[in-house]
Amino acid sequence: MDFVSGLRCRECGRAYPAEALHVCDFCFGPLEVTYDYERVAATMTRERIASGPRSIWRYADLLPVSDPAPVDLGAGFTPLIRADRLAAELGLGELWIKDDTANPTGSFKDRVVSVALTKARQLGFKIAACASTGNLANSVAAHAARAGMESVVLIPHDLEAAKVTMTSVYGGRVIAVEGSYDDVNRLCAELTSEQPSWAFVNVNVRTYYAEGSKTLAFEVAEQLGWEAPDHVVVPIGSGSQLTKVAKGFDELWKVGLLDEEPSVRVSGAQAEGCSPVATAFADGTDAIRPVKPNTIAKSLAIGNPADGWYALDAIRKSGGSCASVTDDEVIEGIRLLARTEGVFAETAGGVTIATLAKLAAQGVIRSDERVVAMVTGHGLKTVEALSGVVGPTASIAPTLEAFAEAIGEDFETVGGPTTGSAR
Amino acid sequence: MSVTVRIPTQLRTLTGGSGQVSVEGSTVGEVLKALDGAHAGFGERLFDDGGDLRRFVNVFLADEDVRFLEGLATPVADGQTLSIVPAVAGG
Repeated sequence: MDFVSGLRCRECGRAYPAEALHVCDFCFGPLEVTYDYERVAATMTRERIASGPRSIWRYADLLPVSDPAPVDLGAGFTPLIRADRLAAELGLGELWIKDDTANPTGSFKDRVVSVALTKARQLGFKIAACASTGNLANSVAAHAARAGMESVVLIPHDLEAAKVTMTSVYGGRVIAVEGSYDDVNRLCAELTSEQPSWAFVNVNVRTYYAEGSKTLAFEVAEQLGWEAPDHVVVPIGSGSQLTKVAKGFDELWKVGLLDEEPSVRVSGAQAEGCSPVATAFADGTDAIRPVKPNTIAKSLAIGNPADGWYALDAIRKSGGSCASVTDDEVIEGIRLLARTEGVFAETAGGVTIATLAKLAAQGVIRSDERVVAMVTGHGLKTVEALSGVVGPTASIAPTLEAFAEAIGEDFETVGGPTTGSAR
Repeated sequence: MSVTVRIPTQLRTLTGGSGQVSVEGSTVGEVLKALDGAHAGFGERLFDDGGDLRRFVNVFLADEDVRFLEGLATPVADGQTLSIVPAVAGG
C-alpha cells in the first residue's frame, strides 16, 4: 500500500487523483505527488528501511507506487565514496562521490524508470515510451524488456554510439529523430495526445517518474549515518533531479528520519553550451530563456528545461549556486575524477566535477562543508569525448628491451612489498 | 490567413474533443485570440494576467518554438500549423 494522497498543481494548487496525469488541466503547471506524511512517519523507520532490499525500493514508503514485485533491475543503493584525493586537489575537506555509474544500465535514470514503469504497469499501460538524450533510452528499453512491456524510444539522431547500441539491444523500437533533444521532446509531448495508451515515462507519467530521483537524497543521508550533507552538487538537464534531491532531504526530516533539521545547500552544474539555468542564476532573473544546445555533454543538452524554474528556485532558497563549464573543462573533470578516485564518469559527470572544482576555487563550496557530488552516468557511454585525449602510453614489441625503453629510466617504483616480509 | 492549430488533450474539452481546429489570423497572437473567440476559454488557459503566454505553455509554429521567433508577434502564413504543447515534459 502506498501513502499517496493525490496530485497537486505546483502553480495553482488544483488537486487531482493519482492517475496518468502530468500537467494541470487549467494552467499547464506540473503536477506533484502529495503524501500523507503523518502515516508515512508512523510506518517508515530506519530499521524498516535497513531490512528492505538493497535498491531504491527500500524507500518505497516515500515513493508514489507500492508493488511487492516492482519493475526492477536493482536500481539504486549505489556506492557513496569518500573522495579524499579529489578533495585534496580541490582544497576541500570532506568530499563524497555518489557513484550512480553503478546502476544497472549505468546511470541514475534507472531510479526514475523503475518507479515510472512500476506505476505505469499498475495504471494498466502495456507500452513504455520516452524522449531521451540516451541514458533514459537505455533504461526504458531495459526495464521494459524486464517487465515484458513493448517499448518505443525516441532519441536525437546524433547520440553517442554506445547509447544507441545500449538501447537497441533490448529489442524495442528505437526511433532516431532528425533534430535536437528539444525537438524530440516536443514531438513526444504532441504524441502523448495522440497515443494516450502509451506510458511516456517523462511526459504523461513524469509526475511519478521524477519522484524516483528523491532516492539519491535518501541514500546519501542513510549512507552518512542518517545525516544530511552541507552541500550537494547536482547536474542540471531538465532540472528535475536537482529539485527532487532537495525535496528528498526535506521529506526525510518531515517523516522523522533525521535527528537534525537538514540545511543542504544545493548547487547546479551545467555545460556552457547549454546553460539556461546557470545564465538565469548569474543574471539574477526568474526567466529561463531557452537555448539551442551545443555541448559534448549530450545527456544534459536540454535547451528548454521543464523544471528549470523550480531548480533555480531550489538553488536560491538553499543558498547554493549554479555555474557552467566549458567542454574542455568537462573532459578535464572526467580525467580528474578517474585519476584521483578511480571512477569513470560520462560527460555529465565531467560537468559535475568541473563545476565542483570551479565553485571550490571560487570559495562558494567551502572546505568546512561536507560535500556530495552526484556522478550520474558511466564513462563507457560517452567514450567519444575522450577520443584522441587519452590512449596507450606506448605501443611496443613484446620484448623486455622495448618495455624498458617505453617505460623510461625515470619511472620510479613508488614502493612495493618489503623484501623478506612475511608473505 | 487560415491556420491549423493543434490542440493538446488538456484543452480538447474546449473544442468538443477535436485535436485540431482552423482559425484566422496574421500573427501567433491573433491566431490564439481568434481561437479564444471560436472556443471560449482558451484565453484564460493560455495567457497570464499580463497577457503573456503562461510559463508552462509552449507554442510552436511549424515545429519551431515561437520564443525563438518573435513570440506572439511572429507572423503566420496561410496554411501553417501552430501547436500548443504543455511545456512540462522531458529530462
